[in-house]
This record gives sequence, structure tokens and C-alpha cells, in this order.
Amino acid sequence: MAIMSYREALNRAMDEEMARDPAVVLMGEEVAEYDGAYKVSRGLLDKYGAERVLDTPITELGFTGLGVGAAIAGMRPIVEWMTHNFALLALDQVVNEAAKLRHMSGGRLSVPIVFRGPNGPAEYLSSQHSQALASYWVHVPGLKVVSPSNPADAYGLLKSAIRDDNPVVVLESEMLYSDKGEVPDEETLVPIGTAAIPRTGTDITIVAFGRPVKYALEAAATLQLRGISAEVIDLRSLRPLDEPAIMASVAKTGRAVVVDESWPAASVGAYIAHRIASERFDSLDAPVAFVSSEDVPMPYNHTLELAVQPSAAKIVAACLRTLYLEE
Amino acid sequence: MKAADRALYWNLRNEMTRIRHFEETTGQMYGLRKIGGFCHLYNGQEAVAAGFSAALDHERDYVLTGYRDHGHALAAGMNPDEIMAELFGKITGSSRGKGGSMHLFDPKQHFLGGNGIVGAQIPVAVGVAFAQKYQKTGGAVVVFFGDGAIHQGAFHEALNLAKIWNLPAVLVCENNQWGMGTGWKRVSAVDDFSLMASAYGVRGERVDGMDVLAIYDAAQRALADARDGRPVLIEARTYRYKGHSMSDPQKYRTREEVDEYKKQDPIYLLEQVMKEAGLWDEAMAQSQDDEAESMATKAVAFAESSAEPALHTIYEDIYAGEPFFMGRA
Repeated sequence: MAIMSYREALNRAMDEEMARDPAVVLMGEEVAEYDGAYKVSRGLLDKYGAERVLDTPITELGFTGLGVGAAIAGMRPIVEWMTHNFALLALDQVVNEAAKLRHMSGGRLSVPIVFRGPNGPAEYLSSQHSQALASYWVHVPGLKVVSPSNPADAYGLLKSAIRDDNPVVVLESEMLYSDKGEVPDEETLVPIGTAAIPRTGTDITIVAFGRPVKYALEAAATLQLRGISAEVIDLRSLRPLDEPAIMASVAKTGRAVVVDESWPAASVGAYIAHRIASERFDSLDAPVAFVSSEDVPMPYNHTLELAVQPSAAKIVAACLRTLYLEE
Repeated sequence: MKAADRALYWNLRNEMTRIRHFEETTGQMYGLRKIGGFCHLYNGQEAVAAGFSAALDHERDYVLTGYRDHGHALAAGMNPDEIMAELFGKITGSSRGKGGSMHLFDPKQHFLGGNGIVGAQIPVAVGVAFAQKYQKTGGAVVVFFGDGAIHQGAFHEALNLAKIWNLPAVLVCENNQWGMGTGWKRVSAVDDFSLMASAYGVRGERVDGMDVLAIYDAAQRALADARDGRPVLIEARTYRYKGHSMSDPQKYRTREEVDEYKKQDPIYLLEQVMKEAGLWDEAMAQSQDDEAESMATKAVAFAESSAEPALHTIYEDIYAGEPFFMGRA
């Protein structure tokens, strides 16, 4: 096992897939000569040339649509959005084109494309640059959506996304890019649609995805000190969703806390809480708790922005409430 | 008059006639409620689709358009039976009854839609052009859109991308002069859309969209440029005879305006040219008309006799590979 950063793991995935398949190209703002705004594409221009690693103008709608067109014409583009915040300019091409072309053509078209970039809160960026927008994509049939929480999954999920014959949205996290972890030395694909259980437990289930998985694991360690055994489910894939993994865990523990760093309404976390309540009502010993960001745009001030987001402490508190224990 | 020209003229007349008959029949079927939803007819604009189709290399080139797509689909070589069945929402339709009028597709004929979002097809088309260049197919891509679409960011972003990457793309604005109920001059900073090309350093050309021979010539030049990596913008000044869609009462324009344009009808104009050139053959014309009518009649019969899609098909054609559905246990 090699130790590498989340950023390096994503880079390795693209590097291997570009070496494997000449139909794979990477396009986006600053991906080539600048090595990527977050250095995820470092070195790829030198290795694969300007025909396959393309700097675009700052026209998210235009180059996202161009990627969709290339995909229906036999290529496998990776479109990098500098952040998901800017991808809102490209919503039409993802929702109305990439997700619909197979359907509207009665199955005659295929759209093998990856849309990837950082999503979720960063630091000191205020409300236009610190948004968790998973539900914008998870809402839409025709798309797949993955959200890796660690370098190994970033590597394995991105490889699967590039090989998938469907449009796949990859939610990376700017705050995870420098996180390090073990990544298998041999080529490994993480299947889309399968959750991981990074910590097993018997008393309560914490369901999370992306960066908050770190907080969930911290919370579980804190709870262990009080003799509480928490199981952590890292969803990894949001569409499709590994409901069997969630339901099996809740059937075992009888208690669930769902964590999502987005706003509460119409969020992935709210949907999962609803699914658990519907499907495991008989197993539950307490209402499903939900830890989301506060329902406010992100402030610039650091103390305030941290207060807005989920944290290990907030997850611990939610678990204790769900267990009917005092803080 | 060369023999090749003679064949070309008759082919152009035939293509326009086929489209005209198909659309007349489509309008009738809509009136009979065999077809529902938004249905945008191409009557009056036939010269644009026919002129370009004659100039295309259908083995290599691709065509995309917006929602007024029946004429382009026919000109691309799509099976009229499958088109009509799609309009009827039948399982034998080109999209198995899932796309309808605005979403006709036939990758085998290099026709990639059919798109219901104004202007969205332009970046997609430029992406198809990117793939042609990358794969070195030698093919070019022609994308049609209306006078409403040219003001979308999608047009401007796509034309810029086509230019900076030297893509084999021809962008054709079919200016039928009415963006739904809004006169094009009310919402345009320029009164000649070909001028917009200059903002992106590409060649722009305005063509009489009622003159199929002018369209054919312009298409040949544009395709030659595009194949050399020089994208082109063309404005084809045309006119639609019918409403924006079948549900349009057309209160924004006068009967006289429509009648005035019908005097420049593209089929009539070509026939005048053919008569002056001594090419006219009444029997040949009658035979083309009869064939076009029987094509439309046969398409309706096919659509009528086709089955409705089974309910389980709502879960098909969404994903490649194993399908999945949220909200199910």
C-alpha cells in the first residue's frame, strides 16, 4: 500500500485511464498549463499532450456541453469544474442533455462522461464558494453521483466513473485534497453503488458521505470512550444508493443519525432519513436524527462558518439524543 | 445545364416536397389529436434542410437541430414511419415513444437530435465536431438553431470554442423571423446575424433561406471551410408559415405578412428556376408529389397500426447497464 493524497489519488486514476483508453480526454479551466486550479491534473499535459488535456475558456455551459457532444460521438471526456459552485452555470447541459439524451433517443445514444470537481464548504470563501450541492445532481434520474471520502475511494471511484457508460458526477472536496491515506499499489476499481463500513458497531448507525465521514469517525471514537459502539456507513455513492447496507445496519442498531454538509431541505441526508424511517420503522428505537449545515448561506468569518457546518461534536450530540443519554 | 445539375434540382425539389407533405400530414394528425404536446412544423423553411442535406457527406457528417426537427430528420434520411410513430407516441417510434416531436434521433443516419432547450444543441454539436477532429474522421457537423437561440450564451460560448480549437462545425441560424411570438428585430442588437461571426473571428454569411440553390452553394462553401478547421456561421433568412407550435393563435402577425412570404415559397421558387432552365417535367413533378403523399400516408398507417409502449418501458433507456431507481426498497 502506498500512502498518497486524495489529490494524487485522483490524478493517478485519470493518468491510468488515459493511458488505458485513448478516448479519454480531460478538459476544463486551468487543467493543462496551470496543472489544475487544485493541482489535481498535475503532469497530465506533459504526459498526454494538448490534444487530450485541454484548457477551456471560462464558459462552464459551453465546455460542459462540448463534453456531452464528444461523449455521444464516441469519446469519454472528463470535464473538470473548478468547483461545483460554478457548475451551476452548466446545469442545463447536465440535467437536460447528459441525463436525458439516452432516454429521449429511446436508448440510441450513450453519454459516457465524467463531471468532476470540488464540492462543499472550503474556508474563508463566503457563500458563493462554499456550497454543498450534491442534491442538485442526486435529484436527477439518468445521472450517477459519487462522493469519495478518502484517497483510496477517490482513486477507485474515479476509475469506475471514467469506465462507466453513463454520465457520472464526482463530488470531490477541496478540504480533502491534501488528506493522505493508503491506496492499493495494484490497479483497483471501487464499484459505483456500494457503501463502505469504515467502522462497525452495534448501538447506533451514523450515515455520512464525503468530508463529513471524517467527523463521523471522530464522533464514533469519542462515543467509544463512553462505551457506545457506533457503526459508520460511508455511502461513497449517492446515486445509486446502497440502501441494503444502510438498512442492514439500522436493523442491527435500531438507531440512526444521518449527516450531510448541505442545507437541510431537499437534501440527500433528508432523503436518507426518510428512507430509513419508511423502511426500518419497526426496528427503530428512536426517531432518525439529522445533522446538516445550518439553513443559511456560508459566512466568511471562520468561527461563524465552522458553526454553520456539521462537526464531530454535533454528531456526538445527535447520537446521545438518539440514545436518550445526557451530554 | 449539366446532367448533374438536373439531378440535383430534382433531388432538392423532392426533398422539400417530402418535408412539406409530411408536415401537412403531421398538422392534420395533430388536429385529430393523434399527436399531442408541443409540435413545431417546418413549413416554409424546407429549403434550409434540403439545401444543406444535398451538400453533406452523409457518411461522415453529422446534423443536430432544435425542436423544429421533422424536416431535418427526414433530410438526414430518417425513416418517415419511425418519425410519425414517434409523434404518435408508439413503441415503434424512433425513440420508442419517449421523445416525441422535439426529440427525434437516429445515430445511424448521423442525426443527433432534436433538442427541446433553445440553443442547447449548439455546444453539444461543437462537441461532436471536437470528436470528429480528435478521431480524424474528416467529418463535419452542421447545427441548426433559430433566431431566438442566437442570443443564448450557449451559442456564443460554443462558437468561441469552435474557433479556438479549429473545429469542423457549421452553425446555421434559421432566422424565421419569429422567436415564438417575438419579432426577431425587437430582441436583436444587430439586423444581420452573420455579423455575429466577426466577434469570434470566423466567417459569417447571410443567405436567402427561401432559395434552396443559394443555401446549397453556401453549404458547400461552409462545409469546405469547416473541414479545413474553420468554423462558419450562416444566417439563413427564412420564414415559417405555421405558428410557433400547433397551439399558437398567431396574433402577433398578419395574414398578409404570411401570404407575402408564401409568394417566395421555396418549392415554388425552385420550380420557376427549373422552368426557366427548361428542366421542368410535369409528369416527373406529379410523380414526386404522389410519392411524397404516399410516404406520409404510409407513415400514418404505420403509426396507427403500431402498439402503444408497454408500461414497463418507463423503466428502460435511462441507464446503460443495470438500471436502478431511487425510492424503491
